[in-house]
Amino acid sequence: MTPDWLDLNLLWFFLIGVLLVGYAVLDGFDLGVGTLHLFAKNDLERRILMNSIGPVWDGNEVWLVTAGGALFAAFPKVYATAFSGFYLAFMLLLMALIFRAVALEFRSKQPWPWWRQMWDVVFSLGSSLAAFLFGVAVGNIIQGLPIGADGEYQGGFFELLSPYPLLVGVFNLSLFALHGAIYLEIKTEGELQQRVRRWLWWCYAVFVCLYLVTTVVTFAHVPHATANFRYFPWVWLVVALIVLAIANIPRAVYFGHPVQAFISSSLVIGGLIVLFGVALFPNLLISSIDPKFSLTAYNAASSQKTLGIMAIIAAIGMPLVLCYTTVIYYIFRGKVKLDKMSY
Amino acid sequence: MSFDAVTLSRLQFALTVAFHYIFVPLTIGLALIMVILEGLYLKTGLKVYENMARFWTRLFAATFAMGVASGIVMEFQFGTNWATYSRFVGDVFGSALAAEGIFAFFLESGFLAVLVFGWDRVSPRMHFFSTLMVCLGSIFSALWIIIANSWQQTPAGHQIVEFMGEKRAEIVDFWAVVFNPSSVNRITHTLLGAFILGAFFVMSVCGYYILKGRHLDGAKRSFTVALVIATIASLLQLASGHSSARQVAFTQPAKLAAFEGLFKTPEGGAPLYLFGHPDTATEEVKFGIAIPGMLSFLVHGNFTKPIDGLDKFKPEDRPPVALSFHAYHAMVAIGMFFIGLTLFASFLRWRGVLFEQRWLLWIFVFSILLAYAANHLGWVAAEVGRQPWVVYGLLRTSDSVSKSVSAAEVAASIAMFVIIYSLLFLVWLYVMGDKIRHGPAEDSEALGAPNHGLQPAVAVEIKNPPSQQEA
Ligand code: HDD
Ligand code: HEM
Ligand code: HEM
Repeated sequence: MTPDWLDLNLLWFFLIGVLLVGYAVLDGFDLGVGTLHLFAKNDLERRILMNSIGPVWDGNEVWLVTAGGALFAAFPKVYATAFSGFYLAFMLLLMALIFRAVALEFRSKQPWPWWRQMWDVVFSLGSSLAAFLFGVAVGNIIQGLPIGADGEYQGGFFELLSPYPLLVGVFNLSLFALHGAIYLEIKTEGELQQRVRRWLWWCYAVFVCLYLVTTVVTFAHVPHATANFRYFPWVWLVVALIVLAIANIPRAVYFGHPVQAFISSSLVIGGLIVLFGVALFPNLLISSIDPKFSLTAYNAASSQKTLGIMAIIAAIGMPLVLCYTTVIYYIFRGKVKLDKMSY
Repeated sequence: MSFDAVTLSRLQFALTVAFHYIFVPLTIGLALIMVILEGLYLKTGLKVYENMARFWTRLFAATFAMGVASGIVMEFQFGTNWATYSRFVGDVFGSALAAEGIFAFFLESGFLAVLVFGWDRVSPRMHFFSTLMVCLGSIFSALWIIIANSWQQTPAGHQIVEFMGEKRAEIVDFWAVVFNPSSVNRITHTLLGAFILGAFFVMSVCGYYILKGRHLDGAKRSFTVALVIATIASLLQLASGHSSARQVAFTQPAKLAAFEGLFKTPEGGAPLYLFGHPDTATEEVKFGIAIPGMLSFLVHGNFTKPIDGLDKFKPEDRPPVALSFHAYHAMVAIGMFFIGLTLFASFLRWRGVLFEQRWLLWIFVFSILLAYAANHLGWVAAEVGRQPWVVYGLLRTSDSVSKSVSAAEVAASIAMFVIIYSLLFLVWLYVMGDKIRHGPAEDSEALGAPNHGLQPAVAVEIKNPPSQQEA
């Protein structure tokens, strides 16, 4: 049924990557706005921050849900091993996402200062924790996990907290905060925008430092992560693109083109995920016990039939999703305005 | 009962999904009512319909947020707690879950933005369209998740294959998976249950307003719309439940025997218990009143044809009887009560005297609790009746937990969910209550004139203290 030239396993490796890029680029900025939330001075500013992501954050999070569903369908063994292996870490992440979601909804429902202050803190901590934990997960996956012959995770919770993953966690936090600050630069005006600009420069400085450190540590500490670069020389183009995009951010902000800066930070996120995918390929979870036990796009996948059906579902569904995502962002374009229905 | 990882994981699943299901049927049911009210607004141009639609939107938004927060947990829980199960069913089950994300959640969450924040940004027509899309999206998501769940109940369209040294189910025929023997019945039944619940929620709130003499015009109109939905859906629910029960009799006979407390296969026709208590020790139904032969009649159209009792199944293949029996009977009893109640109320409404019957309105104020009970008991009956299988006849619940997760870890996460969920539930109740006490904006009140730019927003902020900002 499937033509020979079409490698469905490879296609799904790629499509899971696409879903992750969609998630990180979109939810990345609203998690970042959450991280910056407490820096806003007063109630009005905080409401503007929340309402800047109000209409879109839920749709953004659906990328994560869909990536989870797609992983379950395409690579059930990876879904099973990763989520049962990361059990407690994952519960923590769920808690962060739950609190963040309801904080947005409930914060402005009462005028009491303690109420709003409480949800502000919950919102900000939840967003930051989620951004951090995503980085920790990526760090662990790059580093490799103790996966046994039966395909099960053999370690415990604290093994997930080794220095390299923690570094990637902090790095991711800074990346999302920067991305969020650039988004706010687009959505705010006046005095608040001036202050957002200052946060943006700080985020940028921290991000660039962490970027350098993480890059160096990855090359030095996790040699297998860069081994694949030899087979795929085009990867260096992606690296160059990332560096150019990083350099373009201050230029674009300085000359007043925040949308350009946003595209640049999106490219940085997308590029980093491409590097992540190349570093892993063809593995999805690397076993640190024996490379034979690693879960790959081939030994952990669903049947060809299912991968084919899923490809059809994606081919019908994704264009629709892109259509209405575009419509929604178009309807809510421009600076934040508060009205009766706002948070 | 020992508290091993299996039992605790089952407890956690039941707890989290039951919590999620507090918000799900309300979302689906309210969406339908909002579509109708907005449609009436477009048709008649009466401001009161818009006010009511806006009011329900605010309650809807708070509920939706809770549904999202608790739904994310569900999506990943198959992997965290049921890893062995996930490896076994991923090939079949995963596609339905992924389809739910792609076809339903994006639609729902995207247009929700316009529904909630778009009143003053888009035309009334576009807004109506968005409400319709949110309603459709919530129905689609129910559709796909019930398809997945129904495949577990009555697996079809798959084959068992050995892959990398492990057995698993693989799709052979996608459409046979989608239209497995129970999916159509169960989708219909679940959606009707949600419509009933949404309608009873609206009647509860509006009944209260009418009793207190507040927001009378809007309350009466919403009540009437909801009553029509509730009456039709309750009647259809009987037909759909009957059809479900017949399908259970053919595809999951052990479950039907548990529903009806049929311990021993009878000589002739099987009786239908109106109520009673199945005693597992003596294997008989106590304190019961039964219609002889009725069960055989409902299933086979023949009062004397026997039906398999639990004795036809190995002891290790029998579901827990008492819980299935009571959950099922209570649901049916509530269903019958709803039919009587809604028909009677519709009659009074037609005579134009419904809103003077204070006692009846009080019954409606509290009936929402029964609607919740029926929905949850229905799930308990369906899921507990499926035991000891997680995939009927193919995979036992006890064989499907994660091997790398310890009982202590599950206990810790249960503790976390109990604390967080109780807290959030209280906050949700409080916020809903507060909005209901506030009520819809009356015609005379200015309805959030569109603000342009930041300056007017600040001005509004200063004119009205924050307490009035968020009606
Ligand atoms: C009968 C319908 C029904 C049932 C049985 C379930 N759900 Fe649900 N779910 C919905 C109907 C629904 C909904 C009405 O569509 C929700 C409620 C609020 C919302 O956002 O959509 C939803 C939300 C929702 C979300 C959040 C989506 C978002 O971010 O917008 C997820 C991830 C799930 N659900 C997943 C599940 C899983 C894995 C279930 C299986 C146990 C489950 N739901 C049972
Ligand atoms: C939303 C309403 C639902 C409710 C209230 C509900 C209720 C329950 C209950 C009470 C249990 C525990 C049964 C027991 O351990 O004896 C359970 C288990 C389970 N249900 Fe459901 N269920 C719902 C929906 C679903 C759906 C939609 C699915 C699949 C997509 C599903 C799949 C399961 C699984 C995998 C288990 C755990 C294994 C098991 O104990 O069977 N449930 N559910
Ligand atoms: C009027 C009489 C009713 C009958 C005869 C009936 C029958 C049934 C049967 C046989 C099942 C099990 C289906 C299965 O396991 O595959 C079921 C499940 C269920 N029922 Fe009912 N029911 C009735 C009323 C109601 C009402 C009023 C509600 C809610 C308002 C409701 C909500 C549910 C739900 C949510 C489920 C679980 C989903 C499913 O399996 O379809 N039922 N019902």
